[in-house]
Amino acid sequence: MDKNNSKAWLYLLPAMIFLGVFMIYPLFDVMIYSVEEGYNSASQTYFGIGPYNYNYVLRDPYFLQALKNTFILVVITVPLSTGIALLISVGLNSIVKLRDFFQTVFFLPYVTNTLAVGLVFMILFKKTPYSDGFANLLITAVGGTAVDFIDGPYWAKMFVMCFYTVWVVLPFKILILTSALASVNPDYYKAARVDGTSRLRIFTRITLPMISPMIFYLVITGFIGAFKAYSDVVAIFGTDLNAAGMNTIVGYVYDMLYGDSGGYPSFAAAAALILFAIVLTITCINLLISKKNTHYA
Amino acid sequence: MHQNTDFSAIEKQAQRNERIRKVLTYVLLTFWAIIVLFPFYWMILTSVKSYSAYNSEYIPKLYTLSPTLQNYLDAFTAVSLGRYFLNTLIFTVVTTALMMVVTVFAAFAFARLKFKGKDLLFTLFLSLMMIPNELVIITNFVTITNAGLRNSYMGLILPSVTSVFYIYLLKENFEQIPEELYKAAKVDGTSDFKYLWKVMLPICQPTMVTIAILKVIECWNSYVWPRLITDDEAYFLVSNGIQEIRENGFGRENIPAMMAAVVVISIPLIVLFIIFHKKIMAGVSRGGTKG
Repeated sequence: MDKNNSKAWLYLLPAMIFLGVFMIYPLFDVMIYSVEEGYNSASQTYFGIGPYNYNYVLRDPYFLQALKNTFILVVITVPLSTGIALLISVGLNSIVKLRDFFQTVFFLPYVTNTLAVGLVFMILFKKTPYSDGFANLLITAVGGTAVDFIDGPYWAKMFVMCFYTVWVVLPFKILILTSALASVNPDYYKAARVDGTSRLRIFTRITLPMISPMIFYLVITGFIGAFKAYSDVVAIFGTDLNAAGMNTIVGYVYDMLYGDSGGYPSFAAAAALILFAIVLTITCINLLISKKNTHYA
Repeated sequence: MHQNTDFSAIEKQAQRNERIRKVLTYVLLTFWAIIVLFPFYWMILTSVKSYSAYNSEYIPKLYTLSPTLQNYLDAFTAVSLGRYFLNTLIFTVVTTALMMVVTVFAAFAFARLKFKGKDLLFTLFLSLMMIPNELVIITNFVTITNAGLRNSYMGLILPSVTSVFYIYLLKENFEQIPEELYKAAKVDGTSDFKYLWKVMLPICQPTMVTIAILKVIECWNSYVWPRLITDDEAYFLVSNGIQEIRENGFGRENIPAMMAAVVVISIPLIVLFIIFHKKIMAGVSRGGTKG
């Protein structure tokens, strides 16, 4: 038994070392960083302990801009992407022909490099002196005026950011919802059909309740993912997000840590912990709501 | 008689509604399929347009009559795309291989071996899943910098190795193998390691493949950590490479060459996806997260 005991720890050793060094130690270290005032990364010294870093971050206009951008992104993309995913999944579930084909196509964005495809989106939406770009071609075709979506007004930039985010997150949501819909027991539908229930009523009274746990799962992971938006935004607006006015909270953390405005791990740590607190709060609220409204079969 | 015609009218109406619904469904699905596929079409199309042709199109054309492969040559000669590619390949293969070894050992210990504090430790392991990357990356950045591992494969790979979730996934899979097999192996005097290697791994091969593919996708697309830890172009991965190309390579306006680079970067994963799409989709629906 004792021999077995030590052997087990030996098997666990590699995982423990990696997790210890790169996850557990950093978790405590980041909290220490966030309260060390005036930390200097060159000399590794600090003045004292206190909430100054949090105060600084919460007053930094760049952080407030990042906070605003992130909240707008979350509020728009989470409901929108979940709704579209539901619509598409219901559509997918109701057809037989070409179903596998559509399913495979819809999943494609999941495996593509976010940075690479983001560049394509940038080109589709960008207006240059040489060309208005493809998106503007469509807009002018229906009688609108061309807008520069990449360097232009705030709403236009926000639109591209939300559009690309939805494009990127939909594959996962469609996949989850399609398998959730397929797993609903068909007997319920047959029973409802015999009773002459209308389609809409079947959907709202049977389908939605049956897949509600999965919808809530997607909403929760959607919130968490959208709050952590970063690479997608970099892909479209480039690495200098503050200049574009499109920074996100995670982008702010990385900018503080590294890059042109970097070298302030204490501010980065404080911002990261603020983000964590926001995400945790929203997740808890979501869980409370879902407990009340979810029907487990 | 009157009754009869009514029924057929109702039935016809129902059939018509059904048909309209079907058409609408297909229209919706096709519409979204176009939105999904269009960026891919656009990048391939642009990558085969010549520089001068692209820049002379004030209104972008949806087709080209004189495709050229010059941009692909430029992508490999004017910027170090080949270098980025090789770096990413090394990074992906080594990280995935190391991750598999670490994961298999840990999952085996949790699934089959008996030791004190196992349940408590496993709960702690699971709770690690809640820790967001953004929180620990700050210290990891300092750790790797202080260890002098910036701009090195070690610095890129080491923090990317562990995945609590895959340990959990594999442990669940290992536990489905009947305990009797393990006992029989023990009676025969088979060592734990040999049992793991000869019995458990072959049985769990599908899960292993799924985990490996998901990790490969993750590695190939990773951007944040490589960006923090490398500023020497010799160690750029494709994601950082594409960002570098966008900001400094080719001259800002050579978009066809950029698109050629984007196509080259996207191809490996798309090929992987076409071969393994069933496995990847099943794997992701069991446990992937993104978004």
